[in-house]
Amino acid sequence: MLQATEAPVAHEPTSFLRRYIFSTDHKVIGIQYLLTAAFMGIVAGLLAMLIRAQLAWPEANWSWLERLFPEGMSGGVMKPEFYLSLITMHGTLMVFFVISFALLGGFGNFLIPLQIGARDMAFPFLNMLSYWTAVPASLIMLASFFVEGGAAAAGWTSYPPLSAVPQAVPGSQWGQTLWILGMALFIVSFTMGGLNYVVTVLNLRAKGMTMMRLPVTIWTLFIASILGLLAFPPLTAAAILLLFDRHFGSSFYLPAGMFYGNKLLEHSGGTPLLWQHLFWFLGHPEVYVLLLPALGIVMDILPVFTRKPIFGHRMTLYSLGAIALLSMIVWGHHMYVSGMSPYVGEFFAIGTMAITLPSAIIGMNLIASLWGGAIRFRTPMLFAIGTISLFGIGGLGGIFLGNATSDIQLHDTYFVVGHFHYMIGGVTLFGMFAGLYYWYPKMFGRMLSERLGKVHFWLTMIGFNTVFLTQHFLGLGGMPRRYYAFTKYEFMQPYVHLNVPVTLAAFLLGAAQLLFLFNFFWSRFRGPVAEKNPWEATTLEWGAPSPPPHGNWGERAPVVHRWPYDYGVPGTIQDFTPQTVAANPTQQAR
Amino acid sequence: MSHAQNQWIGFGDSEHTGERPVVDAHRLGLWFFLATVVMLFAGFTSAILVRRTSADWQAIPLLPLLRWNTLVLLASSVTFERVRTLARRSQRKQVRTWLAVTALLGVLFLAGQIGAWEQYRVLGLFLSSNPHSSFFYILSGVHGAHLAGGLLGLGYLLARPGRVGAVNLCATYWHFLGGLWLYLLVMLFVV
Ligand code: HEM
Ligand SMILES: [Cu+2]
Repeated sequence: MLQATEAPVAHEPTSFLRRYIFSTDHKVIGIQYLLTAAFMGIVAGLLAMLIRAQLAWPEANWSWLERLFPEGMSGGVMKPEFYLSLITMHGTLMVFFVISFALLGGFGNFLIPLQIGARDMAFPFLNMLSYWTAVPASLIMLASFFVEGGAAAAGWTSYPPLSAVPQAVPGSQWGQTLWILGMALFIVSFTMGGLNYVVTVLNLRAKGMTMMRLPVTIWTLFIASILGLLAFPPLTAAAILLLFDRHFGSSFYLPAGMFYGNKLLEHSGGTPLLWQHLFWFLGHPEVYVLLLPALGIVMDILPVFTRKPIFGHRMTLYSLGAIALLSMIVWGHHMYVSGMSPYVGEFFAIGTMAITLPSAIIGMNLIASLWGGAIRFRTPMLFAIGTISLFGIGGLGGIFLGNATSDIQLHDTYFVVGHFHYMIGGVTLFGMFAGLYYWYPKMFGRMLSERLGKVHFWLTMIGFNTVFLTQHFLGLGGMPRRYYAFTKYEFMQPYVHLNVPVTLAAFLLGAAQLLFLFNFFWSRFRGPVAEKNPWEATTLEWGAPSPPPHGNWGERAPVVHRWPYDYGVPGTIQDFTPQTVAANPTQQAR
Repeated sequence: MSHAQNQWIGFGDSEHTGERPVVDAHRLGLWFFLATVVMLFAGFTSAILVRRTSADWQAIPLLPLLRWNTLVLLASSVTFERVRTLARRSQRKQVRTWLAVTALLGVLFLAGQIGAWEQYRVLGLFLSSNPHSSFFYILSGVHGAHLAGGLLGLGYLLARPGRVGAVNLCATYWHFLGGLWLYLLVMLFVV
């Protein structure tokens, strides 16, 4: 087999179709994933706006929406079952089709070969297949809104019996089946991508690029890929069994004695808890699949804008490994109120507390990386610092939830919604934006507007915290999640009105993203032309032209001589030393 | 750990990483893929363990036909080993012959599995009859689908019998599926 360093410069395909649509170039595929994620993000974001509108002004009349959703909004008033479809699809799309697409599909594809000094992925064709499986998966999910009964309505967690009994709720008819198919295709696509990332990182590193010299971003993508590869298959198994319960009369999840109307269902002996276990065995690792790359991106952006090495490099890597291992054995903390034995609950609580330790170490290392730096407050840096703050707040909430004692009160309230939006919504979103502002010049050869970027950051920061911090307090007050309206609950009357400012802040948050969209497309053509290394960074991708050509490196692949964080090395003229600079005798390479 | 492995894992300051990976990319990819299949069946296994404890679990009999199927599948692994030896010696014509024999045994196995479904059906044991029969139909189906994928691989090899690397990869996958079937048999009918 040809090795990366010796590979002849591959011939660039010339037809438009092979170059931009069915491309096997990792950079094109990465950008395809990012654009798909952006599109799905707009859809999922609009769903969130509908949810918020209903919560602030329950049962108000929005007649203009009837045209788009003649069933769900008939008469202009949102139906409860449509509300359930909205929350289900908002969660599903955001977790799998926005954040996974963007962080793993987008940044994973774009960055892995560039940052390890390879010319492409190990299996470029498989890579293309991965993207072109992700597209039908997305289309199936979107189409499910327009089938009879509407989109799936059992929550992104798809708990049976709601998801297993087609008569249970309209969305449980065709919508749920399409949900299962869409997820199956998503998992196939993720598997193809994940295999590629793992093998590429292990086998195609440039000369001198030891594992310890990989940027933390690559480490996090590597670990996240392995986690995803191992955690998704049990969900596939669970989904296959669910499909058979729904359509072929088996009873894996359905117990005896269930009635629909006054008709006894023919199932017997199953248990819905089986699904919960299988789902969360995936679900918990999956949140780290999304979180880790966001933290990795932040970790790599910090040294560039503080002009000093990151703090606790090795400790961070060990903590990432510890998180990956522990994340496989804490899933039960989502099920404290499912009637599990208190001893089992205690096991999961201890595991959950254990995982806060490496998480806290990473958080502390991020903060300490700022200490004493000559900080350059550019937009990527603002988003990176924002990410750290959200990680801290979300983690604090997690400690309350991780203890079974307090979780029994907080479970299924808006406290949980607030917590996981800080993590899976905030850390990942801010990390993604940090990465986009940072690597946009490398992707497109232009700089994004700083001024728009800063406004975007502050509006997003204010909107985000207003929405999700307030939700913590609503949850402490007892506001349950997934309820269609709260007009009939007397205990909530003193504070239910808080939903109005939350919704207004959510609208602000949504609108602020338009600034980014505008900036993205406008700068593509009008932004200042980017140099090769506009941020004065050290990692390999900044040694390639912006944007890098097909094959990335021209004739000679880079050779690596040092770790990625050599900023302010004494005795050097510049305050940064790229990874490709050979060690000089007066200084030790790391 | 040998020196070469050390370089591949790449901790330390070797200047040679990226030059000669110890495990070739395709093999590494296959291993990770097999790990995902293991996790898939680990998911099914935990479902069996949970579901088996409920009162409506009625064991279905182990058909004699399933024993024959198992033998056929194991025989196909033996013939695949023959293919590998011949491929290493670049005896293409014989490679083709034994590949064809292996593929035939694979097809025979799948046909036998379908025959087993039919026999259970005649016995009045349907997919929805009880959890044991449900698991049998579903797991043998999922296993069969993976084996059908292996048959596609065999078809590819028949067209290109000279590719020793591909022969070895396909053999690993095939043996894995043989082992997986034994595991499923034990899970469903023995323990
Ligand atoms: C300090 C570490 C963390 C702890 C102790 C923790 C603990 C918990 C617990 C106990 C729950 C279940 C609450 C309930 O349903 O009653 C939960 C929910 C959740 N957490 Fe965390 N968490 C932590 C970090 C994270 C991270 C890093 C992420 C994602 C990036 C995350 C994402 C989620 C999600 C998505 C849910 C809710 C899923 C749902 O019910 O729909 N958590 N967390
Ligand atoms: Cu969790």
